Amino acid sequence: MSPRSKMILGRVAQAIPVVMGVVVISFLLTRALPGDPAAYFAGPAADEASIAEIREALGLDKSLFQQFFFYVGDLVRGDLGTSLTTGQTVTSDLAARLPASLELTLVALLLSCAIAIPLGVLAATRPGTWVDHLCRVLVTAGVSMPTFFTGIALIYVFYYIAGLAPSPLGRLDFIYLSPQHVTGFYLIDAALAGDLETWIAALKQLILPATTLALFTLAPIARMTRAAMLSALSADFIRTARAAGLGSRKILYGYAFRNALLPVVTTLGMVFSFTLGANVLVEKVFAWPGIGSYAVEALVVSDYAAVQGFVLAMALLFVVLNLIIDIAYALIDPRIGLK
Amino acid sequence: MLSIKDLSVAFKTRKGEVNAVRGISLNLSKGETLGIVGESGSGKSVTSYALMRILDAGGEIRTGDVTYGGIDLRAASEKDMRDIRGREISMIFQNPRAALNPIRRVGRQVEDVLIRHAQATRQDAKAKAIAALEAVKINDAAARYEAYPFELSGGMCQRIVIAIALACKPQLLIADEPTTGLDITTQKAVMDLVGDLAKERGMGMILITHDLGLASQYCDRIVVMKDGLIVEEGEPGRMFTEPNHAYTRKLVDATPRLGASIRSLLPPEARRPEPTHKVHARPLLEVRDLVKTYPGKSGPVQAVKGISFDINAGQSLGLVGESGSGKSTTSEMIVRLQDPTSGNILFDGHDIASTPSAHFMRHAARRDIQMVFQDATDSLNPRGTAASAIAEPLARIEGMRGTKLAARVSDLADLVGLPQSLLSRFPHQLSGGQKARVGIARAIALEPKLLILDEPTAALDVSIQALVLNLLVDLRAYMGMSYLFVSHDLNVVRLLCDKVLVMKQGEIVDHGPTATVMDKPSNPYTRTLIEAAPQPPEPVAA
Repeated sequence: MSPRSKMILGRVAQAIPVVMGVVVISFLLTRALPGDPAAYFAGPAADEASIAEIREALGLDKSLFQQFFFYVGDLVRGDLGTSLTTGQTVTSDLAARLPASLELTLVALLLSCAIAIPLGVLAATRPGTWVDHLCRVLVTAGVSMPTFFTGIALIYVFYYIAGLAPSPLGRLDFIYLSPQHVTGFYLIDAALAGDLETWIAALKQLILPATTLALFTLAPIARMTRAAMLSALSADFIRTARAAGLGSRKILYGYAFRNALLPVVTTLGMVFSFTLGANVLVEKVFAWPGIGSYAVEALVVSDYAAVQGFVLAMALLFVVLNLIIDIAYALIDPRIGLK
Repeated sequence: MLSIKDLSVAFKTRKGEVNAVRGISLNLSKGETLGIVGESGSGKSVTSYALMRILDAGGEIRTGDVTYGGIDLRAASEKDMRDIRGREISMIFQNPRAALNPIRRVGRQVEDVLIRHAQATRQDAKAKAIAALEAVKINDAAARYEAYPFELSGGMCQRIVIAIALACKPQLLIADEPTTGLDITTQKAVMDLVGDLAKERGMGMILITHDLGLASQYCDRIVVMKDGLIVEEGEPGRMFTEPNHAYTRKLVDATPRLGASIRSLLPPEARRPEPTHKVHARPLLEVRDLVKTYPGKSGPVQAVKGISFDINAGQSLGLVGESGSGKSTTSEMIVRLQDPTSGNILFDGHDIASTPSAHFMRHAARRDIQMVFQDATDSLNPRGTAASAIAEPLARIEGMRGTKLAARVSDLADLVGLPQSLLSRFPHQLSGGQKARVGIARAIALEPKLLILDEPTAALDVSIQALVLNLLVDLRAYMGMSYLFVSHDLNVVRLLCDKVLVMKQGEIVDHGPTATVMDKPSNPYTRTLIEAAPQPPEPVAA
């Protein structure tokens, strides 16, 4: 087995105790929440007897240990339980909503990188000039404004005044049918189905919320790119490259940028995690049927199965994300993954 | 071929302008090797960066002309300069591993230069890069082509840097401290290689170095720089025998060499008689069958393979070897920062190896075995003052507090010649020599019986090294300490030590009194080491 695949397997193995810990903690934390789901679902008019009946039906009359035992037993069979609010299984809820959040976050990050990385590189090559200052002002403004405000401002300008954007109501305008479910990503599913019209409609819906999130994430990426480029450009090997007469483009992209990528990738991973968790505000503003708003609604009503399912899905996602970052490291830097 | 006239270079810094080079003129003819010698801050490297026009941000040529083969380098466009760099004038640098792109295969880095200067096309670049690697005598060049810098030794990395510099057959090579940080035998191999290639190709060379001995061995002519000015210029032999300028005389004196004594390194007016230190017949430290094994990628690696030696009370032992010889591992085990895999370390007759290094801090012998570290800067807490560094062992181990502690710190500063006014300063406000004194004061604060010195002068300028070595000699006589002096510089060991151990690949290959081992070397490896060290010509007695 090559050292790299060994490293990947090692990282996956390391994730197992993390996931087990998440299972235990998410179970205990949801039980520690105030509020009684049985009383909530019985309704305001219910009497003691009917609440007790519902409690028994939900299995909440059993001891904590027994409940955990049943929960883990279900988990092993791939059953995350049924959400009390939506009436669907948590698995199908997550399958429908997770791609929506992921699509939004990924597009936002792509957009953010497309702006922030060139901006950071430009600022690093011309420190102290107007480009540098512009970069600083732009990213500070982006991170200073709360996402719900930016979102509403964008809706006001582009939907209400200019009329360029479609109504901010979810992933697709109601006149379109959602594309056949393959990946859950509308852009990919529509492209797979060859349905250009739906693809464009999905993209139009996506632009404003993605821009809102992108503005918010510009700052860390641009700042980190700038700092990493500055330190790479002052390294000894850049001097060697200059002394050998290499062109400035080669030095900047072939030598400095690839070396600056490592810290940028680290930052990207962190930004991705906090965006995925924090985009609930954006989802609310744009009525985006994502996982963040789902979790908040479930949390409010102590919908145990849904909250646990959400936390577990996020944990698994972060494990995968960290693995991808580690692999990206090994691809960028030959020194990693062989030690 | 190259002519520099009245060149001055200034840097804009936060504290105002700094004139790094203040009007120097020099000439270099075709095929000549010129040495520029000076200590740190003399402007020797800045001169070369200025003529290549690769000064760091904030640096600017203020006045002067630089002409190379009829081209005015100062007026040339950046585009023309890029054609000149690497094809006409090339540079090699110190710290070769950092001078290479860490994440690009070394062969590709050679190719980049060849393609840039149209010496190769994409099709034949690989073959030509391998040929360039072969030209710098790299064995199995085709395999090395695929390597990354971290997979190669320092000497090998420097060969790659040379291959990059010489790939396009330049007429002038500027070597900026090319062997600093390399082993003595590697230094010789690299310098011989560069010298031979220069001769073979009729290439001019500028060797920038702090080592007057090295310059005198490889250069046709030497200029000595100090504070941005050339203070003296001449033939290397003449420079040593009859230096004109007082600074050159000081440098010549301070360069450790055959026949020098520790006091002769100092300027004549500072030479007090050398104190004698008393060596007792009683062993202070007895090392028996010491072994250190590290777990490695492909099986365990034996860094130290069962070595035994003694240090008598009051005696100074020199531990000499190249990188990877196990000398640092040995000294770290004796100072009890590392645990030996097996073997005994008897200190005053008691086995101190049985106490794990993690608990040795509370061992009674902790105060008796102290260490002076190699890097005076990195071994001081950047957020602590000089006084707090010296006070640390006194407060931790002796439990000293308050005015008593302050008085002791102040005494120690006097003892190591550190002005009292500097005690409140932070490391970045101190010079290299001052930081070395702080490190020594901290180590001798508890009046240890055994002081381990790990290349304590490796990072210092020669004139500062001379002062520090003399301080160590004075302290030894005054406090009756034993030294374990770890060094790669045989000339320094010769000056300071009573006995020498030569280590190679974890084993002691040669040992004995300094005079016997160094002056009449019987061991072939010791002889290689001694011959590899540059021997400057002997100066006339002052």
